[in-house]
Parts: sequence; structure tokens; C-alpha cells
Amino acid sequence: MTFVRKHGVLIALAAALAVAPFLFYPVLVMKVLCFALFACAFNLLLGYTGLLSFGHAAYFGAGAYITGHAMTAWSTTPELGLLFGVGAAALLGLVFGGLAIRRQGIYFAMITLALAQMLYFFCLQAPFTGGEDGLQGVPRGNLFGLISLSDDTAMYVFVSVVFLGGFWLIDRIIRSPFGQVLKSIRENEDRALSLGYDVDRYKLVAFVLSSAIAGLAGATKTLTFGFATLTDVFWGTSGEVVLMTLVGGVGTVLGPVVGAVVIVVLQNELADKVGSWVLVILGAIFVVNVLLFRKGIVGEVVARFGNK
Amino acid sequence: MNEVSITLDSLLGQLLLGLVNGSFYAILSLGLAVIFGLLNIVNFAHGALYMMGAYFGWIALTYLGIGYWWSLVLAPSLVALFGMLVERSLLQWLYKLDHLYGLLLTFGVSLIIEGTYRYFFGVSGQPYPVPELLAGSTDLGFMTLPNYRAWVVVASLAVCLGTWFVIERTRLGAYLRAATENPKLTQAFGINVPLLVMLTYGFGAGLAAFAGVLAAPVIQITPLMGNNLIVIVFAVVVIGGMGSILGAVATGLALGVIEGLTKVFYPEASSTVVFVIMALVLLVRPAGLFGREK
Repeated sequence: MTFVRKHGVLIALAAALAVAPFLFYPVLVMKVLCFALFACAFNLLLGYTGLLSFGHAAYFGAGAYITGHAMTAWSTTPELGLLFGVGAAALLGLVFGGLAIRRQGIYFAMITLALAQMLYFFCLQAPFTGGEDGLQGVPRGNLFGLISLSDDTAMYVFVSVVFLGGFWLIDRIIRSPFGQVLKSIRENEDRALSLGYDVDRYKLVAFVLSSAIAGLAGATKTLTFGFATLTDVFWGTSGEVVLMTLVGGVGTVLGPVVGAVVIVVLQNELADKVGSWVLVILGAIFVVNVLLFRKGIVGEVVARFGNK
Repeated sequence: MNEVSITLDSLLGQLLLGLVNGSFYAILSLGLAVIFGLLNIVNFAHGALYMMGAYFGWIALTYLGIGYWWSLVLAPSLVALFGMLVERSLLQWLYKLDHLYGLLLTFGVSLIIEGTYRYFFGVSGQPYPVPELLAGSTDLGFMTLPNYRAWVVVASLAVCLGTWFVIERTRLGAYLRAATENPKLTQAFGINVPLLVMLTYGFGAGLAAFAGVLAAPVIQITPLMGNNLIVIVFAVVVIGGMGSILGAVATGLALGVIEGLTKVFYPEASSTVVFVIMALVLLVRPAGLFGREK
């Protein structure tokens, strides 16, 4: 019983994922999963450490590009490709995070955004990123050299497992003593410091973990769709992940997932119909969310019916 | 080898171009600093307001036949009005919340503005002619100086210095500084702080639009121009810190020049050099060059 109580959300998600492909277009579900994982990683920082990274596309994109490069140029297996992507994102998170935590609050947001834009320009010019075209036709390869992922069902299972693994990891981090320290930093940084916690180090580790998982999301996206483009590192993508988290509920475990479903489905439905208005609609959601609905969907539900 | 082909003329040309870009950085980061000082909001919509200014000039000329000089007055006024509307309808509800919400809200506003302009004008660049009075160039002997670029630098500096004068040397500026320091006490002395806040945001928006009209003849006007620029301006603001007006102006100009010089000596890095400098400043002086870390 304790297992069920402890992992109830995870079990529910797994069950939902088992049913989803029969109800929805599997590729869309996979896209949602990649962005949901991305948003969960982002939420680890904003929701549980109180750090607004406005350049999280950098790590998503780094994972996307490096995995794409490993798969095409070095013909690695997908699990190794993912590892390269995650490693690159974590390393980038270490460097960028190390710089950004030197300033607090609003400056932190601006620094992360600016550093991400630097990576964007780098990707525009670097020899291996394909410039404006990005990396196209990245093969999915054979998992462990055995299972071909070119089959959409196999890929679906793979993406689901990656997502659930990432989700579980974040949940585990949040509930750990380490996660409790992160929350105390979010609530009152000075007090955490005075209690003897090396706040900067905690922040940096949280940042690297979040970047690595964001990189995993980006890497999985590249495998799923076979491309990595400048959009992956663009500030617009950074904004989207903020929006997803905000809509779903900052600082809730399930919020980013719900937010990703809402935003990705919305974009998918609207893209062909309304053109540029998508941007206006996203902007309007941002505004409404900040003004009237700061807890987000899951946050509101928890506040109204919640047990805790 | 690039170095061999660098002539004095091209060096000075890029230097001037850097000063021009630096002028835009200066005006925009000045506006950001003034708004942040009083409202505690980092105005992400600043780039979008700049873009609105440039488009106003283009629309006025293309559809209404209104020329550059009128636009230079009208665009800032109208965008300032728009800004005040945004402040009254949206921003004023956020002052008691965490600063981050201000950034998020204005980000949303910038998306709305950009999306609207994209719908009506597409993403292709629109040209804007240099006004007749400033067309052509002056031969200085050692270089040819395009008149319009010189005008941009002079006009920007004049506006920045004017702003500095108003804030630091006039009674209105004293109210503003008092309200920045302690809004409650200032209000208790009978000064209408909410009005001051509205006017300040409007003024910042107007500054951005002014820069937009100034920029119109030297850039391609597109709906994307604002949000692409604002990220660089954020880096400028991180480097300079938002505590000092003259600091913001000097940082903006200096970074423009450095960017221009990078274009001459190592063009590949010209789009990233500002961010690299930001990283270096964070390593050496985390509070920024003119910053006071609270």
C-alpha cells in the first residue's frame, strides 16, 4: 500500500500513457511528453528552488543538438546518444548556472536569458549545427543495438519510459533531504544560509540537475522527430516552458505535465488555423495567468480539494 | 587573413556603426533602469515598444505621408500613451508581488504585441528612407561620415543627457528619486506616487519608441526586431547594473563600440561578444560595473 501511496501519481501517469495512444495521435503524445519532462525540469528550479531561469531552452537545445550530432556523425546507439546530450546539457548547466547564481532575483533571470541567447548565436554559426537548417534526418537507431526505434510503437514505449524515469527522478529529488534544503532556500535564502547550508552550492547542483533533465527532454525530442533546429535554443522556447509551468502550477509535481498538455495541444490545434495569432494567444495566457491565476490549474485544484 | 585588409576607413566606419548601435542600447537600458527603479519591474516589453516606434514611423510614412520629423515626436507620444494604458490596466496589480511576475507579465505583453504586428505586417523587413535633410555624408578628410549616423549618436546622447538632467537636477526628478527610495513616505508627503509611476512607465515606453524611430532608417523594420534586441539590452543592463543612469548610458555606448570593433577584427564573435563580456563581468564584479547589490 505504501508503494501505491508514494508513487500514486507515477502509477496514474503510467496508466494514462498506456491508454493514450489509443485515443490520441501517438506522435503528439510523444511531443507532449518531451515538453512535459522539460517543464518538470524547469519546475525543479522555479517551483522548488525559487530560481527563474529564463533561458532553459539552452539546455533543452544542447541536449537536442548534441544527441542529434552523436546519432548522425558518430552513429551511436540511441541510449548512448541520449547520454551525450544529457552530459552536454549538464556541463552547460554547470558553466551557465555557475555564472548566473552570482546574482539574485531578477538579474538571475536576465543572465540566464542572455547566456541562452549566446548559445543561440553559437548554434547559428557553429560548423556542426547546420545553421539555419539545423540537423535534419537524425536516425532513431537501434536501442542497445537490438531494438529498432524506427517503429513508432517501440519509440512510444521508449519515450514513455524516459519520461516516467525523469519524472520519478525529479519527484525523488524533491522528496529527498536535498530537496527539503532547496525548498528552504526558496522560502528564505538568508535563513537557509544562516543555518549553515552552502546555499550557492545547493543552487548550483539544482541547476545542473535541472539542465541535465532538460537536456534529456531535448535529446528525446530529437530522437522522436529526427531533427534539432534553432527553435530548440530560441528564447521563445524558454518562454514556452515558463508558460507551461505557470499554467499547470508552479511548485506542484503534476503542474508542468498538465501545463505541457494544454500548451502543446493548443499550439497543435491552432497553428494552422490562426497563424501569428498563436503568439498573441500565448501572450494573453501569460497575462491572464500572472494577473488572475498564479497558482495554475493543478495549484487551484490542490488549493480547493487538496489534502495537503 | 583579415587583418591585412582592414583600412582606417572601415575601422572608423565600424566604430561609428558601433556607436549607433550603442546609442540604441543606451536609450533602451536607460528606459529599463528608470522603469525598474520606480516600478521594480524589468520591462520585457521594452523591445516590443521599440519595435512599435519603428513601425509607427513606417506606417505613418507609407499610409499617411507623415514624415520622419513628425514621427520622431508622434511615435514616442503615442507609444507613451499606450505604455500608460498598459501600466494602469495590467502592471499596477503586480507591485506587491515578487519581481518575477512583472517580468513574466511584460513578456506576455511583448508576445501579444509581436504577434499582432506579425499578423498585419508579416516577418519580412521594411525599409525606411533616410530623411532628406540628413541624407548623404560629410567628408572629414580621414573618413566619410554618413550624416544620418552622426545624427543618431548626437540625438541619442542629447536625449540621455536630458533624461539625466531631469531626474538628477529638477524638482520632478527629486520626487521621482524620493518615490524610488521610499514610495510610502513620498506619498505621505502629498505626492501622487501612482501618477508618477504611470508617467514613468509612459516615459520609458516613449524613450523606447524614440529609439525605434531613430533606428528605422538604419535597420530592417520587422516585428522581431524588438525582442531580439531586448535580450542584448538585458546583458547590457546586467553588465552596467541598473543603479546609475549615466552608468547605463556609458555601458550601452561602450558595448556598442566593442561590438563594432569585434566586427572588424573577429566578425564571427560579433553577435556573442556582449554576452561574453557579461560572463566576464559576472566573474570579476558580480554586482555589475555601476551596480549596488541589495
